[in-house]
Amino acid sequence: MPKKYKDIIGDGGSNIAGQVKQQIERLRSRMEKVKHKVAVVSGKGGVGKSAVTANLATALSSQEHAVGVLDADMNGPSIAKILGVRGQSLKIGENGVFPANGPLGIKVMSMDLILPSDETPVVWDAHTQKDSFIWQSTMEAGALREFFSDIEWGELNFLFIDLPPTIEKVSIVSQLLTDLSGVVLVTIPSGLSHLIVRKTITTVKELEIPIVGLIENMAGYHCLNCSKVGDLFKTVEDGEKMAEKADIPFLGRIPFDPRISVSSDMGVPFVLEYSDTLAGKAFIEISEKIKGFLGVR
Amino acid sequence: MKYLCIECDEAMEFVEADGPEEGSLSVTFICPKCQRSIALLTNPQETELVRALGVKLGGRTVPHEPFEQIRTTLVSKREGLLLPEGNEVIWTQEAEKRLAKVPDFVRLRAKKVIEEYARERGYREVTTEIVEEAREKGTLKCPRILSAEVNNE
Repeated sequence: MPKKYKDIIGDGGSNIAGQVKQQIERLRSRMEKVKHKVAVVSGKGGVGKSAVTANLATALSSQEHAVGVLDADMNGPSIAKILGVRGQSLKIGENGVFPANGPLGIKVMSMDLILPSDETPVVWDAHTQKDSFIWQSTMEAGALREFFSDIEWGELNFLFIDLPPTIEKVSIVSQLLTDLSGVVLVTIPSGLSHLIVRKTITTVKELEIPIVGLIENMAGYHCLNCSKVGDLFKTVEDGEKMAEKADIPFLGRIPFDPRISVSSDMGVPFVLEYSDTLAGKAFIEISEKIKGFLGVR
Repeated sequence: MKYLCIECDEAMEFVEADGPEEGSLSVTFICPKCQRSIALLTNPQETELVRALGVKLGGRTVPHEPFEQIRTTLVSKREGLLLPEGNEVIWTQEAEKRLAKVPDFVRLRAKKVIEEYARERGYREVTTEIVEEAREKGTLKCPRILSAEVNNE
């Protein structure tokens, strides 16, 4: 009777299981220096996740916390621009790749720092273009793992992970970071956004990831001339009601201020220059609530 | 996967892996007893699966390199991605001021071109003289960059 699978020790010399274990160990070792890992998600595109992420990171950094931001949106990376680090070269040291250095010393990593030009999309090498699309998600997961494990993040109080709209990335991040501290959800006050974000809430609950709370972004338009806040969207229920129904904390409303967009384009986080505005105060209050949830003083 | 030489009832051992070539990896195994060799030829999907896992067939013979998977699977990357620490070119304050006069839509490109020029010649510091030198020698691949600056002055 010839030998069976279980009779043969090893896998013919490749030790695939051992190599995967080493990858996990590298990631764990790197991430154990990061106290709180917070993913910013929505499920819906265009709700301002990246601007919210960058400004929350800046608000916490201005309180002298060590903060990092990992842009997990491989195909639409925007964190590097918002935090003004586009064009910075990545340096490699003995223990890994040094992240870009953002305002107030925020450590930043984004696919934008790897791509050669504004026009270059992320394309993974494959036998055919069709194969490249088929394997895109798997390749992105590998790249994300390397962003976590190969970047010299150092000791951080907070690492914000800015996720793309696609919901499956929440699952990938939670598999890579088994000690993910929590998820911050972002919506805008529109029925369409609520519809999508509700699905994300369900997914996050099913994955048993702690939910820090829900942010309602673009909650009204802050007129710079008359200082009044008017409706930007009309919806049947506001974010607070939505959070209450979903039984998750509501973190606050951020009014739309056109200067947020201008600041993002200029690479200077809004909260750095306009901390005393309605939106600036909202970012700071929300960052306090996040600290409260995480038990940080 | 494990490979068994049925005749000898021996587990076959890894010899080498070649490729990917035209979407296929060629992985050779040998029976340690009768020395018979076989080659496993992967289809494009199997090849991508191996690459996506970020593992080395035949085991790892060199230590892990940062961004190994990104560097080997991403089609377009920046030139000089991952410079060794300490290889950065430093700009003097005067040179920085000069660069600031370049219109912002070409500033990044100008910076990169001048840094490349400096690095190629072993300069560790970009001074206004080096900016001028790059301009005079016409080695800048994008002459409009500095003429835009001149128009600004």
